[in-house]
Amino acid sequence: MEKKSFKKWIGTRKVQRRLVIFTFMLVPLLLLLLFTYIPFVEMIRFSFYNMKYIGERTFVGLKNYAEVFERKEIFGSLFNSLYYMAGGVVQLALALFFATMMVFKVKGESVFKGAMFFPYLICGIAVGFIFKFFYARGAVLDTILQGLGMNLDNIPLWLQDQSINNISLAATSVWRYTGQNVILFLGAMMSVDTDLYEAASLDGANRWQQFRYIILPSIKSIIVLNIILCVSGCLSAFEPPYVITNGTMGTGTYFVIMNRIAHENQKVGTASAMAIVLLVLIIICTIGQKLFFKYAFDDGTSDESKAAVRKRKKAEAQRKAMEKKGGAA
Amino acid sequence: MKMKKNASSIIFSIIKYVSLILASIVSLAPVVVCVLTSFKTNEEYASTTVLEFPESFGYFENFKIAMEKANMLRCFGNTALVLIVVLTVSVFTGSMLAYVINRFTFPGRGMIENLFLFASLLPGIAMQVTIYQIMYSLGLINHLYGYMIVLMGTDIISIYIFLQFFENLPVSLDESAIMDGCTYFGVFFKILFPLLKPAIMTSLVLKGVSVYNEYYSSNLYLQLPELKTISTALYTFTGPYGNQYNYICAGVLITIIPILVFFLVFQKQVYSGMANGAVKG
Repeated sequence: MEKKSFKKWIGTRKVQRRLVIFTFMLVPLLLLLLFTYIPFVEMIRFSFYNMKYIGERTFVGLKNYAEVFERKEIFGSLFNSLYYMAGGVVQLALALFFATMMVFKVKGESVFKGAMFFPYLICGIAVGFIFKFFYARGAVLDTILQGLGMNLDNIPLWLQDQSINNISLAATSVWRYTGQNVILFLGAMMSVDTDLYEAASLDGANRWQQFRYIILPSIKSIIVLNIILCVSGCLSAFEPPYVITNGTMGTGTYFVIMNRIAHENQKVGTASAMAIVLLVLIIICTIGQKLFFKYAFDDGTSDESKAAVRKRKKAEAQRKAMEKKGGAA
Repeated sequence: MKMKKNASSIIFSIIKYVSLILASIVSLAPVVVCVLTSFKTNEEYASTTVLEFPESFGYFENFKIAMEKANMLRCFGNTALVLIVVLTVSVFTGSMLAYVINRFTFPGRGMIENLFLFASLLPGIAMQVTIYQIMYSLGLINHLYGYMIVLMGTDIISIYIFLQFFENLPVSLDESAIMDGCTYFGVFFKILFPLLKPAIMTSLVLKGVSVYNEYYSSNLYLQLPELKTISTALYTFTGPYGNQYNYICAGVLITIIPILVFFLVFQKQVYSGMANGAVKG
């Protein structure tokens, strides 16, 4: 008797609804809490302590934050991000160029696409070894340059020479990500009706005009999105120096230094303060850029929806006009 | 007039092909050099320049040594296990969460969506400082399942892919199934889940590549040699083989080959996965 009523109770829609909501969300929310929000709150708390992973901790107030701004090796490492930012600009420009080239009919398109995209799929550690070998004294790059007639004595040490090693590292990330950007841009460009290109060229539009008035508008929002991602990505640049030089010889970016302070020196408090400072910087940059694109050009990432709204309004106005006409007739 | 137009389009074609060929060469050259080097004997490696071809492409000794020294078979096993578990779990958790968020209204729904959105803003490496602490206190370090849980926990992209996909699945499907006496669980597992196939494909491709290539957490949480995954197995070469790049290149290629095969087979899905995954920002 009781079992039956329980069965009935469980069978009602309302209870079922709650049950489904609860069970389906339980695991993802638990994981989100455990690996995002608890660590986040802990990070804020740790940043006020002088502590290691194990052992006692002492409250030190804002001292960790002061350290972040005062120690030149920490805050100064943010300047290394500028190299990656420059790399990011080069990467976006190259990707835009190659994607545009491929939007016009190309024989063997899939081969070019595949070749350019493939570096993106290679594991970071493997990329590290590939470029350690590529840049090593007398190895790949040196041999190529010698083949072009350069003298080995005039070729810098790509990873040791402090005037150039950050550029070498930033170049590896251009190598790795340009192809992926090409695919993204190409995807957006292809979403434009291809008849449009043919129609335009029949109307006598030259390549530049096609690019300017058909291609560029279609990928505006994805370019803006990529610029925003690029800036926050560059501030948190980590992989190339971590796997290739381990941050030695002046190549340490902010996160490489933070990683060392956290896991090698075990100064968890300082590392947490560093993480918070960068997080605030990234959030400021992201919001700043979004506002900039929204108000300076009135074409932020919400571009499409705005266009959709305009379209709908126009359609509505047309329909109304039609109705009026119909009524009159 | 017509002549001029032809000339300019020929020039354009030349620029187009030359630039694309150059870009492809630059993209592949560092890897191709690795291939050449991995087939060289120690003597050959010492005596030839890196751009010269090896005497034969039948010399597999370097690959053998790399496999043995880095215990790569074991590491492939670990990676395979991690891939199977993490991908299965994240397909289900991601699609189930998206189903609930997309199909039901309940107090706190907007907040939950925003929590996931904000989480995607937090830089992963920074969070590892305190995640390490949590892993340590939960006793999850140096266990494959601990590593799997970490990888499941940071899965926001696939949730977005599923959310997008649900937007385009008509609610009338759910409604008619419920009319027929289906439970909500039934609606999800019998009706909607099979329809999610393209979204599942996309999220498997993206997540699969990122799990296969993941090395930072693996390095941090799996320190015992027998637990290493394929990406961190490569680290073994840093010390003893410092400059023996013929071994190192063989090791690098061993890790790249599976992903290359995967890419050649699933090229279309990889590209569309990229395009879909990009929209999340």
